[in-house]
Amino acid sequence: MILSVASGKGGTGKTLVATSLALSLQGQGAVQLLDCDVEEPNAHILLRPEIESSQPVLVPVPRVDKERCTYCGRCSEVCAYNAIAVASTVVLVFPELCHGCGACSYVCPEGAITEEGREVGVVQAGRAGRVRFVHGQLAIGEAMAGPLIRAVKGLADPAAIVILDAPPGTSCPVVETIRGSDFCLLVTEPTPFGLSDLTIAVEVSREINAPCGVVINRDGAGNDDVERYCAQEGIPVLMRIPFDRRIAEAYCRGETLAAAMPSWQQRFRELFDRVKGLAAVGSVS
Amino acid sequence: MTEIVVLSGKGGTGKTTVLASFAALAENSVLCDCDVDAPNLHLLLEPQAEEVHEFYGLQVAHIDSEACNECGLCVDACRFDAIHDFRVDPLACEGCGLCARVCPLGAISMHDVLAGHWYVSRTRYGPLVHARLRAAQENSGKLVMAVRKRARELAQQTDAVFILSDGPPGIGCPVISSLSGASMALIVTEPSLSGIHDLERVLGLCRHFGVRPLVCINKYDLSEKNTRRIEDHCGDAGVEVVGRIPFDPDVNSAIVQGRPVVEMSDGAASREIRALWEAMATCSVP
Repeated sequence: MILSVASGKGGTGKTLVATSLALSLQGQGAVQLLDCDVEEPNAHILLRPEIESSQPVLVPVPRVDKERCTYCGRCSEVCAYNAIAVASTVVLVFPELCHGCGACSYVCPEGAITEEGREVGVVQAGRAGRVRFVHGQLAIGEAMAGPLIRAVKGLADPAAIVILDAPPGTSCPVVETIRGSDFCLLVTEPTPFGLSDLTIAVEVSREINAPCGVVINRDGAGNDDVERYCAQEGIPVLMRIPFDRRIAEAYCRGETLAAAMPSWQQRFRELFDRVKGLAAVGSVS
Repeated sequence: MTEIVVLSGKGGTGKTTVLASFAALAENSVLCDCDVDAPNLHLLLEPQAEEVHEFYGLQVAHIDSEACNECGLCVDACRFDAIHDFRVDPLACEGCGLCARVCPLGAISMHDVLAGHWYVSRTRYGPLVHARLRAAQENSGKLVMAVRKRARELAQQTDAVFILSDGPPGIGCPVISSLSGASMALIVTEPSLSGIHDLERVLGLCRHFGVRPLVCINKYDLSEKNTRRIEDHCGDAGVEVVGRIPFDPDVNSAIVQGRPVVEMSDGAASREIRALWEAMATCSVP
C-alpha cells in the first residue's frame, strides 16, 4: 500500500499528517515513511530518526574527449535542455541543466562523449522507533529534484505500508512522488489559498488515476468553501484538525500531533482504515 | 529599478500575505507571481487579464503503434522509464527525443504540449504578470523566466521603481529561476524547527547565486525561543532580520476576504508589515 500525502499549497500540514500517521500505525506491520520533499525535507525534524546509511545520488553528465571532438555541433543540436553548447573550438557543458538523457553521447559521430556521474544530493535511510525512514536532500544550487525523488522511492518496501510525504506544488516533483500511489491524501486549509491549490492537487491526482481524500487542517480558521467543493466533487473529507494555537506551538518545537496529543493516534488509525477501504474501491473502479 | 523576490524555503510561511501588502503599500511597482504551480497572489489583487499567452514546455514523445514493430530499442534507451508496452507515459517523458532517434522505423515523433498560460493583468496596485502551469506539467522554471522577463519589460516601459515578486516554495528549479539576478530576496520564515532548517537552505541558495538576503520572521510569537535562534543565526551569518510579524487572526480574515491585510486591518500584523515595507524600501536605495 502506497499512500501519498500531498497538498498543492505549502505549509498546510503535510509533514504533520504524514509523520503522525506513520507513528500511529507502528505495530500494525511494517511502516515506512519516505520524505520526497527533497528540496526542503522536514520529516526528520519531527521524527528524529537514527540515520543508518547515506548514499550519494548521481546523474550522468557528458564528458567530451577533446582529442576526438571535431566540433561538429551535433550534441548541441539534439540537446533538449540547452545543456551543451559548441563554439568553433570549445564545447561547454552546463551540468545543472543536464537531465542525463544520453542523447548527446548517442549522436556523437566520433564517439567523443562519455558520461560521468555527478552528485546532485544524498539519500539517507534509518529508523525512528519502529518506523523505517528514508529521505533525500538535494544539494544547494541544484535545480532538478526528479532523480533524487526516484532514488528515495527506489527504497520503498512493497510489503510495507509506505507513506510518501510529497513536496508542495503541482508540477514535476509532485508527479514524480505520487505516481504509482494507491491513494492521495490531500492536506488543505479552509481558506481561498487552500481551496485554489487543492483544486489543482485534485487534478494532479486524477491525472495519475489515484483516488484521493482530504484532510482539512486549521479547521475553523476560514470559511466553508473547501467543504462545499469536496461535497460537489464527491471527495471525502477524512479528517479535520482544528485551528488550535497549541498544535502550532507543538509543531514549532518539532513535535508531531501523535506525540504532542496522543489521543490523535486512534484518529489517525481510523483515518488509515478509511483510506484502505477507499483505495480498494478505487482500484476496482 | 529594484527587483525584490519573496522566498521562504518552507511553504505556507506567509510569502503571499507579505507580498500582497507590499503591493498595496508600494507606489509605482510591477507585480509578479513566480509561483506558477500553485499561484495565490491573484486571489488578493482582483486582477483583470489584459494579455493571455500560451506556454509550451518540453516536448513529449508519441509512438505510432501502426509503424512500431516492438523491437524494444526505445525502451532500452529511455533513461526516464517512460515507455511501457510500447506506449509513452507523458507524465514520465522528459522530452529528450532519444527514443525517436534510436527507433529504426521512424515510428516515434516528438510533439509540443501546451503546458500552461501566462497573463498580464491590471490591478489597482499596478500591472501583475502571473501564470498558471497546467496540473502535472514540467518546466515551471522556464515559465517563471517568461513571467519575469515580461515583468522587467513592463517595469522599464513604466519607469517602475520596484518589481515585487512572490516566489515559490523549495530551493529547486522554479526557485532558482525566480532568484537568479534579482536585486534582493526577502525570506519569510516562521519560528518552527522546520522553518529554521528550510531558512538555512534558502540562505545557502542566496549565497550560491550572489543575491542579498533579508529575513522576516512571521508568527514570531509562536515560539520566542526559536525566534531568538533565528536572530542569532542570522546575526552570525551577517544577514539582517528586517521584520517580526506577530500571529494575528486578521491575516487569515483578510485572505478569506481576498484583500491585502494592510488594507483590511490596523492590527498588530498590519503595523509590522508597514514597518517592514519601510525598512525594505530603505534597504533597496541603491
